[in-house]
This record gives sequence, structure tokens and C-alpha cells, in this order.
Amino acid sequence: MNVSNIRKDFPILDSRINNYPLVYLDNAATSQKPRAVIDSLVDYYENYNSNVHRGVHTLSVKATEEYENSRIKVKNLINAKSSTEIIYTRNATESLNIISYSWGKKNVHSGDDIFITPFEHHSNIVPWQELCRDKKANLRYVPLNGSGDIDMDKFRSQLSQRTKLVSITHMSNVLGTLLPVKEMIKSVRATPAVTVIDACQSVPHMPVDVQDLDCDFMCFSGHKMLGPTGIGVMYGRSDILNEMPPFLFGGDMISEVTYESAQWNDLPYKFEAGTPNIADAIALGVACDYLQDIGLQKIWDHEIQLGEYAVKKFKSLKNFKILGDRSKEKRGGVFSFHHEKIHPHDIGSALDKFGIAIRTGHHCAMPLVQSYGIVAASRASVYLYNSNEEIDKLIDRLSEIEEYFSGE
Amino acid sequence: MSELTDFDEMYQEIVLDHYRNPRNKSKLSRDFLETKSYNPFCGDEIELQLSINDGKLEDISVTGRGCAISQSSGSLMSEVVINKSINEIKEISLIIRSLLKNEEVQEKDLDRLGDAFALEGVKKFPVRIKCALLSWAALKDLIDQY
Ligand SMILES: Cc1ncc(COP(=O)(O)O)c(C=O)c1O
Repeated sequence: MNVSNIRKDFPILDSRINNYPLVYLDNAATSQKPRAVIDSLVDYYENYNSNVHRGVHTLSVKATEEYENSRIKVKNLINAKSSTEIIYTRNATESLNIISYSWGKKNVHSGDDIFITPFEHHSNIVPWQELCRDKKANLRYVPLNGSGDIDMDKFRSQLSQRTKLVSITHMSNVLGTLLPVKEMIKSVRATPAVTVIDACQSVPHMPVDVQDLDCDFMCFSGHKMLGPTGIGVMYGRSDILNEMPPFLFGGDMISEVTYESAQWNDLPYKFEAGTPNIADAIALGVACDYLQDIGLQKIWDHEIQLGEYAVKKFKSLKNFKILGDRSKEKRGGVFSFHHEKIHPHDIGSALDKFGIAIRTGHHCAMPLVQSYGIVAASRASVYLYNSNEEIDKLIDRLSEIEEYFSGE
Repeated sequence: MSELTDFDEMYQEIVLDHYRNPRNKSKLSRDFLETKSYNPFCGDEIELQLSINDGKLEDISVTGRGCAISQSSGSLMSEVVINKSINEIKEISLIIRSLLKNEEVQEKDLDRLGDAFALEGVKKFPVRIKCALLSWAALKDLIDQY
């Protein structure tokens, strides 16, 4: 993979921040966008802006075609059986909420169990807390073993006919830990539960195959995978989606309306009420093309290499500790670090002065960060356009910052 | 890190000194008012104790954990407000707020801030203003109660 060529496709990577070239290491929060994605937004608004599914005129036909084409690209990216299983939403958070409201309200009852893991983003915690409170169901956490990995045997022993839903992150947005989702889903198959994968940190970075994983739902956000903000995906197996009630009601989601009642439209439209986010959906399709042209396996290999390099380099900084470090088979290109004395805010502000963008704070995963006995951490996360030289810059600056704050 | 010009403005030598060697951090033993203020987004924490007698702040204790700005601000604050009357402290609190929010402040008012004036550099870093004001907010809470 030729990183310097890839970098040329991303206009923002030429920016200078505080007179230093931008080093963007906040990809777990959102990715940068290649020119092709940005251009596709302008192209839509300049050349074929019109509503979808409702007109016979040329522009509407073209917009509908492009919108539906993008759905096929997303379907291919995650190897869904059919593009009707791809529902467009605003982001992963909305996707998870739809599952909670629509599937959860109908299928979860008093005394049932919902399982999530201790690694989840708030978006994959709070909707289930609310559902469980509403239904008097139990929100349970998948148990971990002494080394902080999923304890599969214990997990299996806790599953029962009362287990109704298991929602797990594919990769932690804080620690970069990969969870054994395939194995977990296999175990859950012995129960009536549906399985949900929060793939926010996996689909953008590695080959993901929903049929191979055998999950029932998968949620991810376009903006973390080179696409624009405002467009996300809820994948669902069609037999399950067909049985689910709609979540929003109005235009597009019906097939027939009388003054008294309405007939729900077919998939995926049943879940896409109102005029959708046409431009951003089309641009997400362009992002999928971009990722596929390079190849997700290549992107993943590159990120693994960067992660390994970074972890090795971090060891040279004796007072910085990586949280929840794992071997390279069990981690991706996200790592959080902590300094005993220097607060993440000071680290973040100081790195910014050198043009280096990282994330500081609780990373929308307060329980996980707090389980390390701290309230905030610094996080660097890489993507296809990052290089070893950028990791070097990060490490060099961190050691300068340490001197600065300790006054030595 | 001589390249850091703006940055040195935020972390002036005196700010760093208060961060490394915070003042007035012994807990009080006499009658005191007490509060803890907390910024959930970054986990900055300030614990404040005030011993007020006859409308005057006779002793203060500031402890906590968090970033250099939040912690040094607490320490700087303790030095400015100790031995002042509650009314004066209220005025000083308003001055520091105006300063950090980039509102106009008169020269003679700035003088009243003492070393806490060194926090001025934070105003160029809007996301950090909350850090600088954390201890001052705790102070206001307690004084308003008094
Ligand atoms: C693992 C994970 N889940 C969910 C989300 C929520 O994504 P969004 O804010 O785009 O809905 C994120 C993004 O921060 C994430 O990293």
C-alpha cells in the first residue's frame, strides 16, 4: 500500500495546524474524506439534485438510481445477502436505537436478559439500559477473565432461554481490542436471542462479512469510513426486519394509505420514512468504492503494522502506559495511553500545538475508562493514510511534553 | 519547547509552578464550609474548604486532581482570596470570569487579581476555560451559601 499516494487523495492532509503539518490521529472519532467523496456531494447538488422514489422526471430517476446503487455498494462491502437488508440511518447510534425501540419493544419482556460487554461505547449501553428499565428486563455484562478477555465458558453458562438480545462491539474504540464476535454469536445461537454487532470500528478498517459472522444486526457510521457525517447503516437479516414494526411513520415507508390506515412498505423502505439523506448516502457509496479499490485486507494489514510499531515505540516512554494492551492478533490501530502525572487535557493541548490531533477524555466509554482507575485518557487512532513517521512525531512530542510538565 | 509561543502563554511559568507545587492544600481543622466540584467530561476535580469569620475568609484549602490548568487555577485562587472579605472575593471572582471570557476589564481591576492574572493566557484556548474556572465556580457556590 502506497501511503504517500493515498495521502494525495485527502485534501485536508495538506493542512498546517499551528504552523505544523497536520498529523491526524483521531480516526476512531471520525475519518477524513477523500476528494472523490467530497466531489460526489457537489456533483449531486450541482447536477442531479432531486427527491428519490417519487418522480418520473430525469433528475429523480438519476438520483434514485445513484441512491440505490450506493445501497448495493454497502451490501457488497459487508457481504449482506440482499441490499434490502441495508437500512440507511443517521449514524450507528440511531441504528442501535431503532433496534432497541422496534425489535426490543416487541420482543423483550419482563425478566429477560440482554447482554452487552464491558467494552461498549455509550451508544451501545444507554439504549439497552432504557429498554431494560422500560421492560423490567436485566442488562447483564459479558464476564471477563483475569487477563481482561471475554470469558467464553462463563459467558456460555450465563446464556439461557431468557436471553433475548446480545449486543457487542467488534472492536473497542478505546483499547483497540478485537472481541471474538464470531465465537460469541455461535454460542448465542443456542438461545432465542438476536445478535447485534457494533461495527463502528471494524467495518471501516477490515474485511467484514455479516454472513460469515452470522450476526442478526450490524450497525456502523459512514463518517468513520471516509464517508460524510449524517449517514449510517443498520444491517438486519431480512426475516427479522420483516417481522419488526416500523420506527418512524410517514412518507416513503408505506405502500398504501387510506384515511383510516396504512400498509407498510417493503424493505428497506419500511424503515426509511421521509426524504432520506440522499447526497450523503451516495457519497457513502463512493467511500465504499474507495475502500474496496484499495482493499480492506491491505488497509487492515497496514493498520496492524502501524499499531505494532506504535506500541513498540511507546515502550521507550517509560512513564506512559498503554491501556489494555493486547497482542497484535487481538488489537487494531486504536490505543489509549495514560501518564501518571500529566492530565490528558494538557497532553492534548500540547500535541495540538505541534499539529497532532488526538482525542482526550472518556471516549464515550466512561465505565471502561474508569475500570482502569482513571477518569480520562489520551487516545491515538490510525487509518490508511497514517505513516510510521507520524507515529514517530507523536512519540517524540510526548517525550518533550513530559519534560515540559515535570519541569526537568 | 521554545517553539510553543501561545502554549507558553497558557502555561506561564507561574502557572506551571502552582501546578507542580500547589499552595494551601492542607485540609482545615476548624469550622469550615466544604464543596467538591467536578467536570465529568475530563474528570477534573476540586475540593474546596473555606473558613469564614466575620465576613472574612480566614483560611482556605484547595485540593483535587486533574489537568495543569484546573489545579494551578485552584492554587492561584487560594492565594488571591485568602484574608479578603467576602465582598472583595465576589468582585474578584467576577473579574476573573470577565478576563477569561475575553470581556473588557479595567487595568485597576486586573491588579486585584495578583498572580492569578497569569491565567489570562487560557482565554486563547476556549476548550480549556472550563478547566480554569472550575475552582472559581466552587468558590462561588460556597460563598453564595454563606
Ligand atoms: C464503537 C462505537 N460505537 C458507536 C459509536 C457511535 O457512533 P456515532 O456517534 O457515529 O453514532 C462510536 C463512535 O464514536 C464508536 O466508536
